[in-house]
Amino acid sequence: MSVYTQPGKDGSVVTFKPRYEHFIGGQWVAPVKGQYFEDVTPVTGQAFTEVGRGTAEDIEAALDAAWAAAPSWNASTPTQRALMLNKIADRMEENLELIAVAETWDNGKPVRETLNADIPLAIDHFRYFAGAIRAQEGHLSQLDEDTVAYHFHEPLGVVGQIIPWNFPILMAVWKLAPALAAGNCVVLKPAEQTPASILVLMELIQDLVPDGVVNIVNGFGVECGKPLASNKRIRKIAFTGETTTGRLIMQYASENIIPVTLELGGKSPNIFFEDVAQQKDGFYDKALEGFAFFALNSGEVCTCPSRALIQESIYDQFLADGIDRVSKIVAGNPLDTDTMIGAQASTDQLEKILSYLDIGKKEGAKVLIGGERAELEGDLAGGYYVQPTVFEGTNNMRIFQEEIFGPVLSVAKFGSYDDAISIANDTLYGLGAGVWARSGNTAYRAGRAIQSGRVWVNQYHSYPAHSAFGGYKSSGIGRENHLMMLDHYQQTKNMLVSYTESPQGFF
Amino acid sequence: MSIGAQTTASVPAGPENGPHGEQESAVEFPPGIDVALTATATVAGETESRVGFTPAAVELMRQLWESHGALMFHQSGGCCDGSAPMCFPAGEFRTGDSDVLLGVADLTAQDGSALGPVEFWISAEQFEAWRRTRLVIDAVPGRGSGFSLETPTGKRFLTRSELCSV
Repeated sequence: MSVYTQPGKDGSVVTFKPRYEHFIGGQWVAPVKGQYFEDVTPVTGQAFTEVGRGTAEDIEAALDAAWAAAPSWNASTPTQRALMLNKIADRMEENLELIAVAETWDNGKPVRETLNADIPLAIDHFRYFAGAIRAQEGHLSQLDEDTVAYHFHEPLGVVGQIIPWNFPILMAVWKLAPALAAGNCVVLKPAEQTPASILVLMELIQDLVPDGVVNIVNGFGVECGKPLASNKRIRKIAFTGETTTGRLIMQYASENIIPVTLELGGKSPNIFFEDVAQQKDGFYDKALEGFAFFALNSGEVCTCPSRALIQESIYDQFLADGIDRVSKIVAGNPLDTDTMIGAQASTDQLEKILSYLDIGKKEGAKVLIGGERAELEGDLAGGYYVQPTVFEGTNNMRIFQEEIFGPVLSVAKFGSYDDAISIANDTLYGLGAGVWARSGNTAYRAGRAIQSGRVWVNQYHSYPAHSAFGGYKSSGIGRENHLMMLDHYQQTKNMLVSYTESPQGFF
Repeated sequence: MSIGAQTTASVPAGPENGPHGEQESAVEFPPGIDVALTATATVAGETESRVGFTPAAVELMRQLWESHGALMFHQSGGCCDGSAPMCFPAGEFRTGDSDVLLGVADLTAQDGSALGPVEFWISAEQFEAWRRTRLVIDAVPGRGSGFSLETPTGKRFLTRSELCSV
């Protein structure tokens, strides 16, 4: 066990500056209107730095810088791009603890996750796209003896990206790495709840990135996100967030006729078939961990397995064992490597989760464990903590239908395989799902029948690069975390060439 | 006025709620919820209101109306700030056949003079999942994301829900 010192105190591995400006054109630039806003750590509820409050003027400046860099960067070779991405990855690896603690401080998630998941995954993501772009080939087709269709990949130019607050660095990297690998310049707007950690990362890597290739403008959605998303000077917009803003971004994109990729969340089912409990062995233990995975990142994950569906014949025992596992989740100081669940990312997120605990109880769902705000002591008393909570109820309750984005699990039982699939698919969303079964046939059939973009089988919450991630139904458009994302950041140029001297014969 | 996370303790209407108190609605929101403004029913075949606003929400709406003009809401779902009510300039968010108009609230200024109607929308598929609940829009300290108008103010609209038999 070790406990990292809080940033701002002697001995911390990371020191935040008292104020961060925008990063535009390779420089730190004050907001045009001179305004800043406070960034609060959810660990204690205290402000720890302030960041630029960007407006349309700052977005325009960032787009100027990006377009100034575009002729050179768009024409860069895959080798140059890959080299830069690999150097960024190396620099991040050398500073793993610093970045991890910065991320924990900004977001509230336990440092065991940032050290072992968020940041290592981000590092690997840069390396993955460095490799992917080196290996990418165009296509050619010989249509007849003298006619060839060539298909070239070209960068789009300058793209916009709006980042969520639940994995501030990893989600930024999921978007940055393919965009940069494809040769685009980027204007990126972090979430206003977690604006600082990405700036700490940018400071570390700024000497590796040509001026204007990555530009970061912070600010509020309405003041800063909208001028980016609706801008005529972006060639694509990527967004992770909720459905109303997703629709609004599509609406703006429709006005400019540009492509969008959207990741809008889910209400992921996690299905436990009866053969899971055939033996009380290592696999059974793994399945119990799968049950408890709703608490990862305090439940603030788009794929949070927030609906556990357990087969009737094993329901009572498996649920009891699952609750026992949940009772062992260690809550506390996010900077302690033993802590398994940290803080919710913001005060309004805390309020929202509490409102769902309230409606869950009102709808008659039974609280099996948790159900309240968690009160921590000392300087953590001001932070935003919620007890891991398990409700028992039915799939038509609102806590089964909506993404709470907190450590809240809703459990229901099912009888037959068909019931399981029917309940699993009875949702507006289709991002993630889990299937647990010893029978390979059951697992395969269930995995194919569930309408979601990612089905974990006999595991959950792993996010290795080269495994496509994206949604069915209202969960969005596009697939991240895989080289197919390059397509979303590239234009296809078809050159249709005739090598014959003979005329076509029409005129 | 901020009523924070309270959902059970009744908060008396303060003077900032306007001279009329705006409590004349015939609709029964459960006791304990202080509803200062009630939207008219607009869902086909229904007569009872599905949307109310707390005094804190009304105050914030007035403030936003002053800066941005006429307003509308669209109830969000999904990831991150999903389930948050999003407030936009009227007409900014395009609604269509895939949406349901849950209600229209007549917003008044502090002195009781009329400001104008505020439409409250939700997507039709989300409405199906939310059918059995009536919404009370509150305002709490916080910083939402999305493009909702109030985020720079340090306050955030929040949807609280009550069971209903509508």
